[in-house]
Amino acid sequence: MKKLFTALLVLLMVFSMTACGKKEEGGEEGYNGPKIGVILVGDENEGYTYAHILGIREAAKKLEIPDEAIIWKYNVPEDQTTYDMAIDLVENGATLVISNSYAHQSFMQQAAGENPEVTFVALTGDNGAPSGLNNLKNAFPQTYESRYVSGVVAGMKIKELADNGALVDANFNEEGKVKVGYVGAFPYAEVVSGYTAFYLGIRSVYPDVTMYVEYTNSWFDLTAEATVGDDLMSKGCVIIGQHADSTGAPSRLQGNMENNTYGFTAYSVGYNVSMLDVAPDVALTSAGNVWEKYYTYAFQCWKNGEEIMTDWSEGYKTDAVEITPLGKAVAAGTQEAVDAAVAAIKDGTLHVFDASTFTIDGQTPTSMVADAFSDPAFTPDTEALIDGYFHESEFRSAPYFSFRIDGIVELSSN
Amino acid sequence: MEKKNHREPLFHIVKKDEASLPLKMLTVALTVLAALLVSALFINFVTKLDPISVYQSMFKGAFGTSRRTWITVRDTCLLLLISVSLTPAFRMRFWNCGAEGQILIGGLSTAALMIYLGDRIPTAVLLIIMFVVSALCGALWSLLPAVFKARYDTNETLFTLMMNYVAIQIVEFFVDFWDKKQSHSVGIINMNTMGGWFPKIFGQQYILNVLIVVVITVAVYIYMRYSKHGYEDAVVGESVATARYAGINVPKVIRNNVLLSGAISGIAGFVEVAGISHTISNETAGGRGFTAIIVCWLAKFNPFTMILISAFIVFLDKGASQISSDFGLNEYASNIITGIILFFILSSEFFNNYRITVHKNRKEGE
Repeated sequence: MKKLFTALLVLLMVFSMTACGKKEEGGEEGYNGPKIGVILVGDENEGYTYAHILGIREAAKKLEIPDEAIIWKYNVPEDQTTYDMAIDLVENGATLVISNSYAHQSFMQQAAGENPEVTFVALTGDNGAPSGLNNLKNAFPQTYESRYVSGVVAGMKIKELADNGALVDANFNEEGKVKVGYVGAFPYAEVVSGYTAFYLGIRSVYPDVTMYVEYTNSWFDLTAEATVGDDLMSKGCVIIGQHADSTGAPSRLQGNMENNTYGFTAYSVGYNVSMLDVAPDVALTSAGNVWEKYYTYAFQCWKNGEEIMTDWSEGYKTDAVEITPLGKAVAAGTQEAVDAAVAAIKDGTLHVFDASTFTIDGQTPTSMVADAFSDPAFTPDTEALIDGYFHESEFRSAPYFSFRIDGIVELSSN
Repeated sequence: MEKKNHREPLFHIVKKDEASLPLKMLTVALTVLAALLVSALFINFVTKLDPISVYQSMFKGAFGTSRRTWITVRDTCLLLLISVSLTPAFRMRFWNCGAEGQILIGGLSTAALMIYLGDRIPTAVLLIIMFVVSALCGALWSLLPAVFKARYDTNETLFTLMMNYVAIQIVEFFVDFWDKKQSHSVGIINMNTMGGWFPKIFGQQYILNVLIVVVITVAVYIYMRYSKHGYEDAVVGESVATARYAGINVPKVIRNNVLLSGAISGIAGFVEVAGISHTISNETAGGRGFTAIIVCWLAKFNPFTMILISAFIVFLDKGASQISSDFGLNEYASNIITGIILFFILSSEFFNNYRITVHKNRKEGE
């Protein structure tokens, strides 16, 4: 056996050796300029990463960065592999390394500490400033703004259903409020900030709603998201939003509509990518980010040899967030309502976390101290309620709104 | 023509005598060639790429730079250690599917020691403590299925599998317990002080990993081959009745060997956490506990053959990831290529052991 496998390995080697001299199509050889390395948690089959891939391609095209200058690492798990890949990218000439998932960050930090001449960006991370390393950066678009606007779309739909008398008894709770569901990934600030914005967006159109949030404890899990979506629908939720990366929930809602499983139709508000392909009749829209904005900014800095800012966060003002095209199920007048909300966010007259629009424990908040600078003890340190609204993503890029406001019920966080 | 009352099959399979070594090598060489050819067809027609540059890229992914070679060696060693850990249990037909959980528990105890003692006692002392504790914890994790198997003859496959899930939940609990950021990850432990990390030896990061694995592999080989306990282990595997007749205390042999198996898996968790990742999560074992079962089987429990098979599996893995990086092929395409190659190798095993006889007289019989 031993010799067999030696023979086999030798054969493979010989095979590879004789193949030398052929043109290499990858990004590692044949191009000697500085490179950009990207570490992606998934590949084009996963909505969140696909949005990044598109953003990187667009930005590279715009800035005329050749294909060979970008090295892609797909399906990199959030473990030691991240560090291995980061170092590998540096060894292959990358002077900018970007990772796209939250838990990549501590491995990026390790690599950044060892390679001070290379810039590392841990997207969605929060360790850049606290690490004290000036080559470790974070960025996070102001997704809460697009979540708010997607909430407006959902609110319009609820209003239409209520006006037409299309809601059934199961859609109301005991206080007569319309039930909304939300498939959350994890009970983190990022998710809490997102669902709160979504809820406030709905309420800006249709105030009498209550929202149930159920967690899957995974960022991407088709089955779990479908199950949770189904569960929320069985509880009577007529709108189901999500902060999880798969098409599981919308596909299930579409199926439930086709089979008339619950005697009513629930509508989906997705995330990252349009859900119209999988749920043409029930998908309203999806909240999304325009990652191209950040990549263009970062690649431009890289090209010009300028330093990338430690915390980058932009929203509607620079078109760094968006909602995907509206589905055919949306209520009449939705586009106008969306345009109005976006315009108000852009000109600064509308603040998503306007403290006058929500209560915590029955009280209108007067002070909201958030943990914006991750110190070792992770204590709340920054008063973010200024001028009547909560300043999200201003003190650092990653969201830090982790307050539980009235009207939202978390069903499980096991 | 006379009608027969039964149809003779077209072919049947006959067990072969042990093939001669040159013949075996020829079979493997041919199957590998066939695998490469079939993969080449797949690469050419489905992905429209040049097969030779794809193979080249696989090789580059595993051995392209000295660092990549080291990572390949490091991962091979880890997979080897886990495969070796299964050997004492597997050889006596105790189907230990619980390496995954035993690695996690070994890794968890290591992580705990790094967190609480990492900055308090010298790394050399701490490494020894972690080594011992992780082995004990791994053994402890296999104790329950071992005792139940020895005493009540429960199904060890299900039992050890379930222990994996218990281990995963315990790790999940501790990840949240140690994680103050609500991010469900522990992050890298002692990133600044490197307390409890394997030290660099001769400027190389993974020498200690290799040393530990080599020593344990050789020790297990000697144990299995030359010790009385190793022999008893083999006898129990061949036939429990024979073992009993020979006066072997079967429950005791089962218990001891399963504990040994668990202890080595626990050490694998220690090597992974202190020597490689410096963190703990439910992904720490990463399915290696199951991959090791394949390695163990293919190698027919021979620790030295396991080296080659582990290396080959790690090579395919690194190669697949490099193909997707170089050519933008998604993981499924890379997995298909890996799958084709593995499939052919497994079938070469079959043709080494069996021969197919085609019935030439079949036509006349009809």
